[in-house]
Amino acid sequence: MQRSSAPRRREGSPWTGLWAVFFKEMADHLSSTRMRILEVLILLSAVGAVYAGAQTLRQTISEDPFLLLRVFTAAQDPLPSFVAFLSFFLPLAAIALGFDAINGEYSRNTLSRILAQPIYRDALLWGKFLAGLATIALILLALFLLVVGLSLIFLGVPPSSEEVARALLFLLATLAYTGVWLGIALVTSVLFRSAATSALAAIAVWLFFALFWGIIAQLLAQAVAPFDPFNPESELRQTEALLAFSRLSPNTLYAEAIQALLNPGVRSLGPVLISQLEGALLGSPLPLGQSFLLAWPQLTGLIALTIGLFAVAYVLFQRREVRA
Amino acid sequence: MVIETQGLTKRYGRVVAVEGLELRIEVGEVYGLLGPNGSGKTTTILMLLGLTEPSAGQVRVLGLDPVREPLSLKRQVGYLPDSVGFYGEMTAWENLSYIARLNGLPPALAKARMERVLERMGLAEVAHRPVGAFSRGMRQRLGLAEVLLKEPKVVILDEPTLGLDPEAAQEFLKMIQSLKSEGITVLLSSHLLHQVQAICDRVGLFHKGKLVLEGRVEELAQRVLGGAYRIRLEATPLNGLAERLQALPEVSRVQAEGQGLRLEATQDIRPQVAKAVLEAGAALQSLVLEQPSLDEVYARYFQEVRHAA
Repeated sequence: MQRSSAPRRREGSPWTGLWAVFFKEMADHLSSTRMRILEVLILLSAVGAVYAGAQTLRQTISEDPFLLLRVFTAAQDPLPSFVAFLSFFLPLAAIALGFDAINGEYSRNTLSRILAQPIYRDALLWGKFLAGLATIALILLALFLLVVGLSLIFLGVPPSSEEVARALLFLLATLAYTGVWLGIALVTSVLFRSAATSALAAIAVWLFFALFWGIIAQLLAQAVAPFDPFNPESELRQTEALLAFSRLSPNTLYAEAIQALLNPGVRSLGPVLISQLEGALLGSPLPLGQSFLLAWPQLTGLIALTIGLFAVAYVLFQRREVRA
Repeated sequence: MVIETQGLTKRYGRVVAVEGLELRIEVGEVYGLLGPNGSGKTTTILMLLGLTEPSAGQVRVLGLDPVREPLSLKRQVGYLPDSVGFYGEMTAWENLSYIARLNGLPPALAKARMERVLERMGLAEVAHRPVGAFSRGMRQRLGLAEVLLKEPKVVILDEPTLGLDPEAAQEFLKMIQSLKSEGITVLLSSHLLHQVQAICDRVGLFHKGKLVLEGRVEELAQRVLGGAYRIRLEATPLNGLAERLQALPEVSRVQAEGQGLRLEATQDIRPQVAKAVLEAGAALQSLVLEQPSLDEVYARYFQEVRHAA
């Protein structure tokens, strides 16, 4: 038993077995009942939203150069827009796919058996995360093509290449946003032994950001930068503080990113002073590159948040004892 | 040496689960890790597999360090956990094929091996049924099939007979014994001493995280029970018989037990006992020399430990 003969680093690649886990998990997702329910929900709402949007757009068809993008964002009471539907349902879909990723293995007593195979824990966690992301990407792509097809049928106007590029970037932003929620679900699935607790915790986080964070951000902004009626600058400072606080929420980041990507007329995501507008041609669209630059901080923020959450889940899982 | 540990220790906070374990297991041995629940058996097994990190000490399995070289180790070591679980909605075949892919077996080889192990475990007919409907015994056999899938050199079984009915347990033990003839080293843990006694070459008894006794079953009996011969007899009437038998020079102890008596003697004195009983005018109904059992060794050992304490 010579200690010196042992290599210093752990042997082999942490990716060994990754694809086996990935394909198994993806097959599970695609054939599960929970997925069926989600698919029906998302599909119904998407078709409804697009139909309503197209009805509104028919009247103004000749006035808009970005018809496809309008289909995504147009809302007709009482139906919200397609984008609003997505930002509402996708977090739920991601949570539904991820909340029992790790604790499910514990409760089925399969974890020790799987980890006794020649793979690292990395492969299991990565495989599960990527499978969830790929499943959502698959749904998103199908939904996207469906919407584009439907809008072609309803409106009869082919999209321009810039519109397609913007729509694809929107898809990327949506995937990053979903990744954040998948990350949250993964963390709760490692933290809580019971799948029900984990699902509830993830949904609580979602509710917190969807309903309460706006209010809390406002209170925080008022506390940090109080409004002084005799000082016009204080109003600007308060607005900026509010924006900074609300940007801590992935929902705000996503909303701003798709606002910049889907609406070429948007030139700034924060407050704009009159002096900054000097010489601007109001209402004229920004080129794609500029819109992308505008959304860049939000996009990277979402991706960073996803990676950060995955890292948290990774560290927690590596330290977890195999024994239930 | 297939499994070797030196001063292996595992602490969970202030609780010591395993302390200073020195274990040596030879090629082709069937070794029984025995002890009550919570005595550190499962923790030891997890450390051997690198599924939990030791707090101190060293482990070598097949000459490999489980912490640093887990992949090549787990490629050659099969593990059946105590409460083995499968993906219930998948069939036995799908469950096995997932494991085959995790082991990186090429599809053709995996298929051939899966057919072979399912046949061997008597599961070929139910291979395409969802595991959710399997009985405990079938799951256990599927677990062993999975272990054999990678054609291991070492098989580690945690409580393999737990929850099985006596018949299924016997059958399962026979399957384990058949591994020995293939040259596979087997390490199994159990708290059902009498069940595993028959198939283990050597056993180690665990108590509160320490390996307190180790050796062949007969050796242990010799050591702990002091080489006594135990004789059970039933006779009627019993009055006065105890005193008469106590008078025999070889008898060291007489105890009343139910309808009969239990003697401890330094030799096999069954003929003398029979003669004494008949001379006392009683009718002899049975006279048996008891084989020392591990249960007894265990019970006696802890009795002594408690007395000493």
